[in-house]
Amino acid sequence: MDTVPAEGLIAASWLLIALPLAGAAVLLLGGRRTDRWGHLLGTATVAAAFVLGLSCTLALDGRQVDVDLFTFVATGSLDVQAGLLFDPLSAVFVLLITGVGALIHVYSIGYMAHDPRRRRFFAYLNLFVAAMLLLVLGDNFVALYVGWEGVGLASYLLIAFWHERPSAATAAKKAFIMNRVGDVGLALAIFLMFAQLGTVSYEGVFGSIEAVAGGTVTAIGLLLLLGACGKSGQFPLQAWLPDAMEGPTPVSALIHAATMVTAGVYLIARSAPIYDQTPTARAVVLAVGAITLMIGAIVGCAQDDIKKVLAYSTVSQIGYMFLAVGLGPAGYVAGLAHLLTHGFFKAGLFLGAGSVMHAMNDSVDMRRFGGLASRMKTTFVTFGLGYLALIGFPFLSGFYTKDAIIEAAFDRGDGWGYVLGGLAILAAGLTAFYMTRLMLMTFFGRPRWEDGVHPHESPTVMTAPMIVLSVGSVLAGFLLVVVFPLEEWLSPVFGEPEGAEHVVAPILVSILVTLVMLLGAAAAWLVVGRREVPVVAPARVSPVVRAARRALYADTVNESLFMRPGQWLTRALVFVDNRGVDGAVNGLAATLGGSSSRLGRTQTGFVRSYALGMLGGAVIVAGALLAVTAG
Amino acid sequence: MSLTHYLVLAAILFTIGAVGVLVRRNAIVVFMCVELMLNSVNLTLVTFARANGTVDGQIMAFFVMVVAAAEVVVGLAIIMSIYRTRRSASVDDANLLKY
Amino acid sequence: MNVLAAAADGGVQIGTGEAVVFWVLGPIALAGALGMVLSRNAVHSALWLVNTMLALGVFYVVQEAPFLGAVQIIVYTGAIMILFLFVLMLVGRDSSDSVVETLRGQRVAGILLGFGFAGLVGAGIARATQDLPVTGLDAVQGGETSNIEAIAELLFTRYLLAFEVTSALLITAAVGAMVLAHIERDPGTRPTQKELSRARFLTDRPQTLPGPGVYARANSVAAPALLPDGRVTEDSFATGIDPQEVDQMPRPTGRAELGTPDASLGSLEPTVSDVPGGQDAGSTPR
Repeated sequence: MDTVPAEGLIAASWLLIALPLAGAAVLLLGGRRTDRWGHLLGTATVAAAFVLGLSCTLALDGRQVDVDLFTFVATGSLDVQAGLLFDPLSAVFVLLITGVGALIHVYSIGYMAHDPRRRRFFAYLNLFVAAMLLLVLGDNFVALYVGWEGVGLASYLLIAFWHERPSAATAAKKAFIMNRVGDVGLALAIFLMFAQLGTVSYEGVFGSIEAVAGGTVTAIGLLLLLGACGKSGQFPLQAWLPDAMEGPTPVSALIHAATMVTAGVYLIARSAPIYDQTPTARAVVLAVGAITLMIGAIVGCAQDDIKKVLAYSTVSQIGYMFLAVGLGPAGYVAGLAHLLTHGFFKAGLFLGAGSVMHAMNDSVDMRRFGGLASRMKTTFVTFGLGYLALIGFPFLSGFYTKDAIIEAAFDRGDGWGYVLGGLAILAAGLTAFYMTRLMLMTFFGRPRWEDGVHPHESPTVMTAPMIVLSVGSVLAGFLLVVVFPLEEWLSPVFGEPEGAEHVVAPILVSILVTLVMLLGAAAAWLVVGRREVPVVAPARVSPVVRAARRALYADTVNESLFMRPGQWLTRALVFVDNRGVDGAVNGLAATLGGSSSRLGRTQTGFVRSYALGMLGGAVIVAGALLAVTAG
Repeated sequence: MSLTHYLVLAAILFTIGAVGVLVRRNAIVVFMCVELMLNSVNLTLVTFARANGTVDGQIMAFFVMVVAAAEVVVGLAIIMSIYRTRRSASVDDANLLKY
Repeated sequence: MNVLAAAADGGVQIGTGEAVVFWVLGPIALAGALGMVLSRNAVHSALWLVNTMLALGVFYVVQEAPFLGAVQIIVYTGAIMILFLFVLMLVGRDSSDSVVETLRGQRVAGILLGFGFAGLVGAGIARATQDLPVTGLDAVQGGETSNIEAIAELLFTRYLLAFEVTSALLITAAVGAMVLAHIERDPGTRPTQKELSRARFLTDRPQTLPGPGVYARANSVAAPALLPDGRVTEDSFATGIDPQEVDQMPRPTGRAELGTPDASLGSLEPTVSDVPGGQDAGSTPR
């Protein structure tokens, strides 16, 4: 890793973080005075950050620029310099975060127009953007960790934004606690790095990681993976992400689809030199990605909540990315490309879902939708483009990036490669199935609206970001793979692309994926589109559907494996504390209290009694003196 | 006859004063007993001044007198105000400061 | 003390006259102290204490401290003890004068400890000072320098700071006594002479209470007044004092003593003063 010191525009890249942070501070500290223009300030800071990020990226020219800021921690042998690393990898993340972030800020102006706490919402969004930028820009693991916790906090605050709803408050706590499990892993990984290498900067760690014993590297890799799983909603910590949809829809779009949940992918990609040393950890990444990919796809097929379907889709797509980065150097670029295109079309899909909810009085039950295509043409078109991009319709974004991952899986060349590739293709079919089902239930068929619902198109301030994102959904894949190959852009980070020989011809893979995708869509049409959709979910269904509806019993497993034993342990500890510890302490206190009240009886308040005591003392002193001198 | 006689007399007077403090309940009499104790100490000081051949002891006795005068003024004022509120000059009645 | 040894130390021999003074006044001082502790009446206690203090004052003079002796008599017995008596008069007698012990074991323990203390300290002092030489104060006073000059010289040089601090102590004590003894009254809340008079006439008894000792042989506060028929007037009882048994004057019996019936009937002219208390207002035209 060869970095150059910062100069010119990039030296000011700390402004990228400072701008949204200042926005958040102004909005949070300014109070109600900022209510009138707070949303505009929040949007402006992120838009300014995007412009700055774009300028910096254009000035980057394939270098890896280190921006040294100040000494963050200097105690003993722990020396942490607060610095930023602006390289092609962080540049693409900066553009994704600020670009999609700015669009979603604009959308939120309309979406949150009637919320009395809109200013606070924008403050939290700004806080999130600042923390996320710190996460991707930091040049050491501690800075990354600060940003990592910052986005966790912002995520918690935003999921619980409507905290008067018990479900939202619970979902926020669930997200926070499950994230904490991952964060402990990340923290332990950083501790381990410091203990083994004495440094936590990327440059120092990656430069000396080869000298570390294999077992330790594997441990670091697995702990980093645990952190990534927590933040990205990957197996086994995937259960919080769908619940996080209790937050406002722009939050789901920005944090829980486009940016924060991809932080795990960023972490693993950034730590590529570590995973290069440990095939074991890398294989675990692969397994996690594959398992999550299937879980998300299967569960998504059975959900009736439009945001939950998209959430499980997100889980599944991030599984693709994990699968890709787990494949090693061949997959990094594919995974990151999918991350970028996914950021576009999934954010667009969420914004579309928000627009639909906006029209349907905040209902999320797809069984009560239907026939919205004619009422909400802009939403339908933009949502449809995002849908096509997601299922991998030929020549849209998803087609390019998903095929790349599947090709990379086959390119492993061994039996596992075929298994993983097959799973990925199967998941693509399932993706097509659940997304087609969502489209059919929402936009087609006979209206099944509840009484008093009058769907209408959303205002321009909401549709404009959707249009921009849908254009991105259509073009991003083509641009990133064909026009400006991401592979070349990222080569300073991941090395020059090797002209790998393909085990299966790419064209064959593409045809196969397209066929499976069409098969999935057709199956959805057979199940949903051809028949009337029942308003109430049918109760008599196969065990598979029942399991999928309950998210493959993830919550049940968590409850029986962790929550119940935890409660039992807590009760036991409370019992021990009450009877044992408190008993001892209370007994001691009671003994002291009793003896003191008994001693207190001697304090009669009669001054003559006290004088008697004094005279007694004087007699004793006189006697002692006499005894000493006479003796 | 020696100075020891004075000192022993002072010790006995002191003890009588101390016992008086213990057995009398009238605050004013208790105060008088304290005065007696102070006086016996003064006798000791004067005697030792004579034994040592300096007047420092006499000056100490002088200061004791001054302090005793101040103490009497304040103490009697306290007794007055206690009597005014409690209608009693008994030291046993002022026993609020207890367990 | 061995006279020869004292002379050898350059000490001063204690003369016989001083010994006589000591053996006379010492028991008197002890008796005063014991009397103070033992007498029931607080006023008696104060007088006993005056006795002891006077004896101590003489001791001071004998012990070459004439200034302190004078101060003892003038300031202590003269001023401070009078202050005590003032307060005694203000407070008056109450149940605390009773010598009945209320704290269980207090008296026994106090006396036992007193004996122990006196024994220990007395024995200690006797043991420690049995060979104490009497240097005497001839070197610092006597001759040209008087006792007062010797004291003044030290007081205004070595003990100047303490002396000045004493002034602060005294002023603090004076202010403190004023603050403690002062009763805050809002101006105007004190009843005027007119209001007091009006209030008195609204009661059943506008006239003064009967004085003590009428027709009695005693003029003590404790002696109640007597009615003409010889009964005791309860109105005249002093508060807080048991009424004294009054010895009555022997009743006049003979004619010479009783006088003539005409003289005893007095004048037939009615006067206003014949109506007791002027209460027969209805019959008297105004």
